[in-house]
Amino acid sequence: MTSESAIRLKGVVKRFGPLTAVDGLDLDVPFGTCVGLLGPNGAGKSTTMKALTAQVVADEGELEVLGYRLPEDSKQARALMGVVPQLDNLDVSLTVEQNLLVFAHLYRVAAGERKAAIERTLGVANLVERRDSKVDELSGGMRRRLLIARSLLHQPRLLLLDEPTVGLDPQVRQELWALIDRLRSEGVSILMSTHYIEEAERLCDQVTIMSHGKAVAVGPPRALIAEHAGPEAVEVYGSPTRLVEVESLARDRGWRTRRTGTSISILKANGAAAELDGELRVTNLEDVFVLLTGEEIT
Amino acid sequence: MAAVSAAAPRRRLHRLEVPALMGVMVREVVNYSSFWRSSTFSSVVDPTIYLLAFGFGFGSLVSTVAGYDYIEFVGTGIVATTVLFSGAFPAMYSTYVKYAFQRTYDAILAAPVDTEELVTAEALWISMRTGVYGCVPMLVAVVFGLDPSWGMLLVPFIAAVAGFGWAVFGIFIAAKAKAIESFSYWQSGLLTPMFLVAGTFFPLDGLPEWAQVLGHLNPLYHCVELVRHAVFGFEGWIDLWHVAFLVGFAAISWRLAIKFMERKLIL
Repeated sequence: MTSESAIRLKGVVKRFGPLTAVDGLDLDVPFGTCVGLLGPNGAGKSTTMKALTAQVVADEGELEVLGYRLPEDSKQARALMGVVPQLDNLDVSLTVEQNLLVFAHLYRVAAGERKAAIERTLGVANLVERRDSKVDELSGGMRRRLLIARSLLHQPRLLLLDEPTVGLDPQVRQELWALIDRLRSEGVSILMSTHYIEEAERLCDQVTIMSHGKAVAVGPPRALIAEHAGPEAVEVYGSPTRLVEVESLARDRGWRTRRTGTSISILKANGAAAELDGELRVTNLEDVFVLLTGEEIT
Repeated sequence: MAAVSAAAPRRRLHRLEVPALMGVMVREVVNYSSFWRSSTFSSVVDPTIYLLAFGFGFGSLVSTVAGYDYIEFVGTGIVATTVLFSGAFPAMYSTYVKYAFQRTYDAILAAPVDTEELVTAEALWISMRTGVYGCVPMLVAVVFGLDPSWGMLLVPFIAAVAGFGWAVFGIFIAAKAKAIESFSYWQSGLLTPMFLVAGTFFPLDGLPEWAQVLGHLNPLYHCVELVRHAVFGFEGWIDLWHVAFLVGFAAISWRLAIKFMERKLIL
């Protein structure tokens, strides 16, 4: 295999009737890295993920996954990658182990290795104790871990995670982060779509920020933050009238601001803190995102 | 971890690969283990009730129909209706449920499986079931006076071929359906008339000519005839025509099911 990237997209366009869901997207996932696809709902993340398994066929552009061209050689690529969907599609009337057995067949794990593969993934997902439980009886976090286990049966070189922690409580989310981080450290290439900023900051080597189907910024999270939001932001709290005043003052000085709920954040304005009686805080990817797209991530 | 070193498979993957078909069927078989009781119950009890009701009800009014004892006539006819019911209906409902509610196909198509393999494997599994279920009413009829014959050994195969046709036809209906409610149109508008105008409970000869013509276009009619001839003796070329009709129906429905499922699953 000559390609140095697990995933390479160039100028990908996908239209659904009048709606252009993906609008000329370039994306690169180098082998062994974790790349985050970051954006609000409707940015085109899920459509992009589906295009990588050829369940969405692009109207324009080039797609290459693990060196195979899509959609024509998609089956070849799918044999080597694991997919964790956003919406749970486990067989709920089957047990944990039966779910894994079925997918060991679908992913063509050799007959003599199926049992070992099931044991290994049960261990990775910490579900050994629940092997005989029906999926119906599992918590949301366990179901998500089972989806991850299911995607690892054939030891994929590439893992697609579509919003892996959406709808889970914070503690469960952290457990899943630890699991994903471990897979990355073992050399699995990962593409993860998310709208949780913290998730992308913690796990991803690179992020691609998407808005309206396009990549608006690409780079390592810290570099993007430094470039677009500066090292620190000043956060000013106050009454609604006070906030309007601060906003107009910042505009006069040429500072960039964003509303953060009950406060205003002023970015790249060293020295503003003293003048405005605000609090200094570390900048984050969310600042970058809002600055670049004008959209809040909810 | 082997994840880094795992090499790409050397072999090129083709259409309709056996491992993919097996994978989808394993999923069906494992799931079936959790609902085989209810499924078998309805597939056994339904035809038995029809058999007894018509056998004793009509059987007391008419002794012979088209040269057969009525129990012989209806006992073989119900084999075909069982094939229709245990082929088309599970295919329609399970396809729709897996597509719309369980999102099963999303998971399967993310694995190295194509829509063509998915549809084919699911229909093959249903056709194996119809091969078995189709024999049940015949065995019940034997208890009530149908004479056993060697030709009966062919009935599972006829039921499997016809069952494959109904299964892919059911998948086609599910693929066309925008909502599960639209199944009513297919059921009342097509499947119920087919069920009745097939020479199952009464011969086609007595019907008006237009109904007879429609009856001859009904795959169920060809299944009924073939089962009857297998049990009571084949009648030569006409039976090859029945086989050809069933195979043709299955082949056309198979391609239609794949085409429309692709349209639904691949955006």
